[in-house]
Order: sequence, then C-alpha cells, then structure tokens
Amino acid sequence: MHFTKDHEWVELNGDIATVGISAYAAEQLGDVVFVELPAVGKTLAAGESLAVVESVKAASDVYSPIAGTVTEVNTVTVEEPDQINARPETTGWLAKLKVADPAAVEALMDRDAYEAFLGKL
Amino acid sequence: MRYLPLTDQDRAQMLGVIGAADIDALFCDAPREALLDGLVDLPRHAGELEVRRALESLAARNRPAGAGPFFCGAGAYRHHIPSSVDHLIQRSEFLTSYTPYQPEISQGTLQALYEFQTQVCGLTGMDVANASLYDGSNAAAEGVMMAARITGRHKAVLSGGLHPHYAQTIQTLAKAAGIEVFAQPLAFDAEGAVADAIDGETACVVVQTPNIFGTATDITAIAEAAHAAGALLICVTTEVLSLALLKSPGEMGADIVAAEGASLAGPLNFGGPYLGLFAANQTFLRQMPGRLCGQTVDADGKRGFVLTLSTREQHIRREKATSNVCTNSGLVALAFTMHLTLLGQTGLHDLAALNHAKARRLARAMAAVRGVEVLTPRFFNEIAVRLPRPAAPVVEALAQDGILAGVPVSRLAPGFDGVLLMAATETSTEADIETVAQAIAGALS
Amino acid sequence: MSAVGVGRQTQPEIDPTADRLGFQSLMGGHGLQQNEPLIFELAGDDPALWAKTGVDLPVDPEAEDVSDLTGLVRTAPLGLPGLSEPEAVRHYVRLSQKNHAIDLALYPLGSCTMKHNPRLNEAMARLPGLSDIHPLQPQSTVQGSIALMHEVGRWLSVLTGMPAVALPPRAGAHGELCGLLAIRAAHEARGNARKVVLVPTSAHGTNPATAALAGYGVVEVAQTVDGRVDIKDLASKLDPEVAAVMVTNPNTCGLFEREAIEIARLTHTAGAYFYGDGANFNAIVGRIRPGDLGVDAMHINLHKTFSTPHGGGGPGAGPVALSAALAPYAPKPWIVADGDGLRLEESDAGDSLGRMAAFHGQMGMFTRAYAYMLSHGADGLAQVAQDAVLNANYVKARLKGVLSAPFDGPCMHEALFDDSWLEGTGVSTLDFAKALIDEGFHPMTMYFPLVVHGAMLIEPTETESRAELDRFCDAVLALAQAAKAGDRARFTQAPHLAPLRRLDETQAARKPQLRWMTVAR
Repeated sequence: MHFTKDHEWVELNGDIATVGISAYAAEQLGDVVFVELPAVGKTLAAGESLAVVESVKAASDVYSPIAGTVTEVNTVTVEEPDQINARPETTGWLAKLKVADPAAVEALMDRDAYEAFLGKL
Repeated sequence: MRYLPLTDQDRAQMLGVIGAADIDALFCDAPREALLDGLVDLPRHAGELEVRRALESLAARNRPAGAGPFFCGAGAYRHHIPSSVDHLIQRSEFLTSYTPYQPEISQGTLQALYEFQTQVCGLTGMDVANASLYDGSNAAAEGVMMAARITGRHKAVLSGGLHPHYAQTIQTLAKAAGIEVFAQPLAFDAEGAVADAIDGETACVVVQTPNIFGTATDITAIAEAAHAAGALLICVTTEVLSLALLKSPGEMGADIVAAEGASLAGPLNFGGPYLGLFAANQTFLRQMPGRLCGQTVDADGKRGFVLTLSTREQHIRREKATSNVCTNSGLVALAFTMHLTLLGQTGLHDLAALNHAKARRLARAMAAVRGVEVLTPRFFNEIAVRLPRPAAPVVEALAQDGILAGVPVSRLAPGFDGVLLMAATETSTEADIETVAQAIAGALS
Repeated sequence: MSAVGVGRQTQPEIDPTADRLGFQSLMGGHGLQQNEPLIFELAGDDPALWAKTGVDLPVDPEAEDVSDLTGLVRTAPLGLPGLSEPEAVRHYVRLSQKNHAIDLALYPLGSCTMKHNPRLNEAMARLPGLSDIHPLQPQSTVQGSIALMHEVGRWLSVLTGMPAVALPPRAGAHGELCGLLAIRAAHEARGNARKVVLVPTSAHGTNPATAALAGYGVVEVAQTVDGRVDIKDLASKLDPEVAAVMVTNPNTCGLFEREAIEIARLTHTAGAYFYGDGANFNAIVGRIRPGDLGVDAMHINLHKTFSTPHGGGGPGAGPVALSAALAPYAPKPWIVADGDGLRLEESDAGDSLGRMAAFHGQMGMFTRAYAYMLSHGADGLAQVAQDAVLNANYVKARLKGVLSAPFDGPCMHEALFDDSWLEGTGVSTLDFAKALIDEGFHPMTMYFPLVVHGAMLIEPTETESRAELDRFCDAVLALAQAAKAGDRARFTQAPHLAPLRRLDETQAARKPQLRWMTVAR
C-alpha cells in the first residue's frame, strides 16, 4: 500500500489500483455522511478529483493518486458511509482504476514513510 | 443616545483597562488621512418623535393599496393576514434570534422550519422543500442552475408565459453560471409553444402557472416532453395561494417548483422582503440550494431538529457550493407557516375558492364593459383584459381618482400596450369591482 | 386587626445540597419548557382536527363553482392541519421559548454584528403608508417609497464615500454577486472578462462561492504572521487574468488591513477591481469611508451594521456601493431623478447588468435601516463604530491573559482567539462554546476564520453595556478555569441546561428526514 501527501492510499493488483482515504484522513474528517463516487469509465489524471467524501462539517475532495480509468466503485460506501470511518483502508475503499503506468505508484510514500510524514504534521 | 449603553465614564474606564490613551489609539492601523472628523452631509441624531415624523411624512406621499379599490397583481397579491401572525413574529425570541446554527438553543426556529418545509411540500406536491430563498424569482433562477448541475446540460428554455421580471432575473443569474437562456417571447397561449423548443441540449424548461396573463394551465404534457428529452421541468407560481385550488405541480410532473410565498406571509411591502419557496424531487436532494432543516435526536434521545446537509453550502463548500446563498427569508417564512397553520387545509381551500369567486365576478364585470375583452379563459385570481387603447394612461388616470385598477403589461414588457392585468382577492369587495368597472368604462368613453 | 386568623407562614427549609438536577416531572416536560409536538402530531388521526381552521372567512356562494377550472382542480389532499387561534398562539409561543435571542443576552458572534434591534424600526416598517404598497402601482402613487429608497442610497453613499448605491440585492451574498457581476460587466465592456478572482485564505465562504457563481476561478492569497493580507503574495498573483480582489476590511481576524491603500493601488495597476466585503462595516461606519481606501464595490449588510433584525435567519438586505467606473452596470431598477421627482428606471436602457430579483429591493429592511440612520445621525454612527471597537478591545483585554490570541495589538470590532490555550485540557473549541450555553450565552463564532486553529471570534457590538460585557467575560474566565482544572464533562457533555442536549448531526445527514410524512385526512 502506498500513500499520498493528501492522505489517499492506493494498492496495486497487477494493473488494477484500489484507492481510498487513509485512517488518519477518516479520523480527521469525522463521521462520514455521504460519498460522491465517480462514474465507471471515467478517466483521471494523477491529482484529479476522484471522489468527494462529506462529513457533517466538511466536504473533502479525494484526489486520484495515480492516472487511470475507473473500473469499479464501492457502492457499499454510498449505502453505509460509516464503512469509511470503520475500515477506511480495507472495506471502506472508494474506487478501482485500471492504470496505464503501475510503476508510478513507486514514487508515492510507503506506509513507513507515510507514518513518518504524519508524525511531522 | 438611546441605543448606546456606554456612559462616558464607562468609556474612560474601559480605555484604562485596555491601556489605550484614547479611542483613536485603537484605530491606529487606519491611515491617518482616512479617519474622518465628521460627516457634513448627514444630520445629527434624532429622537423617536422626529424620526417618526420624517417617516410618516414619507408614508403620506404614498397611496396605500387599502385606501380604495385595488386590483394590482402581476406577481404580488394582497391578502388579509390574521392579526396574530404579525404579533407572534415580533416575539423577541423569533425576531431577534440568529440563524439556527446552534440547534440546542434554536428549536423554536427549527421546528417551525420543519413544519414550514412540510407545508411547502404539501402545497407543491413535491418530496422535499428547503427553508426558503430570497423570493420567487431567485428561487426560479436557483432551479435553473440546479437543473444544469443535475443534467450536465447548459441550455434553459423559458416559457413565454413567465413573468418578465422572473425571466430577466434568471437571465442575469444563470448567464453568469454559463447557462444559455432561451426566453420565448411573451405571448398568450405561450405554453402551447414550449415543447417545440426542447432538445437534447436542454437542461430545463421553466413554465409558470397561472402564467403572467393569469391563465391556469395543465403542464403535464410539457413535463412529459421535457422528460422525454432528458430535461427537467421547473414549475413557477407567483401566487402561492393558487396551489390550494389547482392541481399541484408535483401532480403534473414538475421536477422543481419555485414559488412566491409572500402573499400569504405579510403585506405587499413595495416588493420586499418576499419569500422564495423551493421544492424538488427526492432524487435531487443533494443538489438543492439553500438551508435544509432535518429531524434527529439529542444526546438524551429526545427528538429535535437541525440544519443539515450543510456541506452543500457556501460556508463549507466555498467555491464548489451549490449556491452562494447565506441568509434565507427566515421571519417571512415563519409568518407564512403561522398563517398556514391558522388556515389549515380547509381554510386554505376556502380562501383560494373565495379568491377565485372574486375573480369570476371581476371577469364578468369587465366583460360587460364596452370595448373590453377578457383574455384569460381559465384563471385563479387574476385576469388579463384588453382595452381598446393603451392601458397605462387609463391606470394613471384612475389612480388620480383613488382607484388602483391593475398593472398594465407595458410596465413589464413591450408589445401588449392595451392589456391590463387585474387581480381580485378576498380583500376586494363587490362595490370595489363595480367601481373599477365603471371607472374603466368612463375612461374609455 | 385585619390579619388575625391568617396564621403564621413559615418558609420551608431548603437544603442547598439536595440533588435538584435529578428531579423529573411526571409528564416529561421541564417547568416552563414543555415539549411541543409538531402541528401534524397535534392533529394525529382525527379528521376533524385536520379540518380545523383558525380563520373565519366570508361565505360566498360563487366560491362553490369551479366549473371553469375543470380538469385543473386539485384532487390530492393538501395534508395541512389547522389550529384555532388560541391553539396556534400557544404552539408558537411555546416554540419561541426554546430560542435564544439578542433580546436575552449578548451574542458574541464574530462577523454577525448582533446588535440590538430597535423597536421603532418595527413600528415604522408597519406604517400602512409604507407597507400596504404594491411594487407595481403607478409610480406617481409611490413617491414616498421611492424617496425613502433614494435617501437610504444617499446615506450609504455618504458613509462609504462612493458615488452610487445599488439597492436591489436581497442579502449580503446577493450583494457580493451584484458587485462581481458589475465587475464582470465592466471587464466585458473592454473586451476581456478575465478569469480569476483573488480571495484571502481568511475570507468568508460566500466570497469564493460568489466568485464561482459569477463564472470566475478562485486563487487564494496568503496571510502574514500578523494576520493581514500578504502584499508580496498578492502582488505575485496579480496578473492580467485577475478580474478582482475581494478583501474584507477590517478583515475576518478583526484586524484593520494597514496596507489597504497599497492593496487597492496594486489591484488597480493590474487592471483589476477591488471588491470590499462590507460585513465588518460596523467597525468603521462614520469614521472611515471605504471609497477613500480605493474600494470599487462593497456590499453593506443592513442586518449587521444597520440593525435590521436577524429573524432566525433572514430576511437580510445587501445594497452595494459602487465606484464611478462600476456605477453604469448597477442592476435594475435604478432610481433616477428627473424634473418631476424621482422614478424607478426599469427598462433595458443603459449598461445595467440586468435584474437580480423580481421587484425593487428589500423595502421593509430599507425602512428599518432608515429609521436607524435617522435615529443615530452621523454623530451617532461614528459613536457606534467607536463603541463597537472599544467593547471588542475591552473583551480582548479582559480575556487575553487566559485565552490565547494569535495576533497581538488592538483589534477592531471583534476579538479573535485560537485554541492553543486549551491544549492538554481535552476540551475543544466546540466543547467550550457549547458550555457557554449553560452560562446563558450563545456560543461565539467558532472555527472561523479557517486560518486560525480552533478559532473563537467574539464581536460584542456597541449595544452592550459594560455590565453585560463583564458578565460575559466573567463567564468565559470561569469556564476557562474549569477547563484547565480538568472539569471535562462540563464541556464535552455541554450543553446540560438548554432545551435540548447536543444533537446528532451525523444521523440527520446520513438519513435525511426533512418533512413530516403525512397521511392527510
């Protein structure tokens, strides 16, 4: 699993990347009340807004850590937004993308680097 | 000065506590040259007597609607509001309270808003209503922008029966949002022509019923045409009372309803503050502008109400907000809900039926005037009549005689100089109707 | 003796240690604070209650006949119960008792200017000669109203030092939109609308929201460590794509932008316009004119500086003062003086940006504001600004030893604190503010401006006496002491004494229930 400075995580399986928000982000956001997921088939550049996660007090854009095309979205989070708070880095995933350049993931932080980054915030 | 509690002694002592030599020390960051010594062009302070005299002398230069026969409508309608309403909205806790962002100490406002939203849904036949917008015209404009967001399209078609001021407001506000507005020319039977203007680029069609000429229309067919093209139907009504007698926009297939509620909330007030009612289909909930009041529970499990889904709004979403709206029409919405509570569905229906009856009497009286043609086949409480000569001078002449005969269409748009809009409500007496008909007959002879 | 036989009355012994908070009434209410059902619940299942009405209408036999409306008559029930007048009055009076209000106590809401709402204003707004007036009556019959509007415009023009005032905007945010649309129109007249508006990071949310509505992108300008706009950052971002700079002065941190004139100069040199957010006008009214500081457009919130009531959320009014360059684009209608008097110019003539609402403006609010202006006069308004600034500085002086202020030096009409002083207490800004409710005060503005962590923004206004200021400060200091002493539950469980406890906003947002689901009878 790799992380961005904006607190998204991405996990690669072949050329399919699963994306979500980190536990830290979920905690900062508070109770998630609503999720706006992208349409399947949407193509995104790295850093482009992939989804919007809303809590009572904030609405946060989730930026795609990597360029790709959306193949699947986690509709469970629409029915049960609290999944994102409960299990943000597993069943609370947001979308899967087919990525053109899987190697781009290597440029992101691994878990240790992310933890260190959080420590400095 | 009666609104300033501090005494000079307080001021001196407080400066001491602050550690400032004088008040100007606290204005130290302002450029010296910008600090004024005094304003020469404005008078000094005044007591209540003098202020009252000044305002009363201004009021004396107006002719109040109630001073004689009165038939003006065209988007603002005169109704009798029960005395307890104005009395209740002046209670300190309603008048001087803030937006209910702290729900624990705002349940009065919030519960009233919840009841208000429910009443607006009942009237409009829609699933969800917000806590009000500035007025009907801004509600219509917000509806257009909402339809653009929902459909991803950028074209809006406005029926030629829409109040010209509403069309202009939509044009101003929607244009800035990048929406192309096609306002069909003002016309009788405009509703027949709307469907032809809808295409695959249309985000929404805006239709008013009763329309600017007072004609009540079944918009079901227009709704179907819009939906077939993937567009939304926005139904506008400028006289909320009509909803109590006529088929609701919801029943006829509207997706969004924008209405003017002021006629049931308070006096005419020369055009403001008014009350934008806004309602929509449940599916579009998260695209709705304005405040929303919702039910929940408190820490003790007691039922309560809060402003909710605020993440759509400006204070959170900022440049991605559904709208930039901050205030609603709070106290006017409160007056509206109080009046509706006093009326109940029985009273609402009876009041609407009474208005319609008055308009029928007016229509008959006007039809009997030689040279006058009543143009509106089916109406609620307003009719359009065609005079054999320009209506505006006739209206002006009658005004000099203490009769406010209606609104000439020429006040709103060119091309219909002989047409006069006349509204009758429960405040119009048979004597008034007779007087105005005779006066018009006299002016035409 | 007349009192013979009455008997001696003894006071019952009151035990000061007895647990009074545990006392429960039998029916679930709380003394004067009873639970008041929804009108739909009051009607319940009884068709007779749904049919009730509290209005007596004249009977007209013609009302039965709707044959001319065949096919258009409503068949679906309205679903709206009615109440007799006594029941309705009770319903709303009981509801009102659950509200806090300015008439009860100081409201420390920064940026809101919660000043006293004079009752003379209410009486004047209700004069039939001003209220029973239709917007489209012949203009010859409404010269009094037009004159009043003109006077309000004139006062605002003199107070802002700007030549024109657009009266139509219905609220502050509406006024912001008006200002930006006028700016857009001015740019378009020269062939290039430009693309971007610069907004400080401390700006109120309506600023970027309005810029977006006006079709502009938003670029943020940084703040310096002393809480003002970073001039260097501003200068670096002022390129030919910038249409306007939006600045609030005093800013949202309650501080006067010392370099206001330089900000205006840089903005104008870049060919952009300076939009002033007038939300904080109360600090400078009658003392400083925004026009003298280079402002091109500024909305004035009549419900802030000019005392019109907040009414539980509205209505507001947001007339916009405009420079000579922007005046031609003002929205319709304009008030024009011609030989005979004043009239409303409603036609398409001229370069107006168009119409922003169906009718002329928030006349009811103009009447109230005008009564206020006449009451205070120029001398009184200058005193308003001085007392507002004095009161805020007094609060800051009393609190700053205990609460942490992010910026040193005097403030203007509002005092800003952050939450660093709460570190280690386990009490957040939110918790602290909710505990204020138990002490009888509405919470201060929290978490705004966003540039300060856990912000608490306090604006007492000039209509507070020293006694009330002290009462407020005493409560804040007592709470601060309690927080530092580890009395966490007082805060995290607050409010304890309000009509309702803290509400579950998560549930409200996850499962929105926005209306009573009724089966009408």
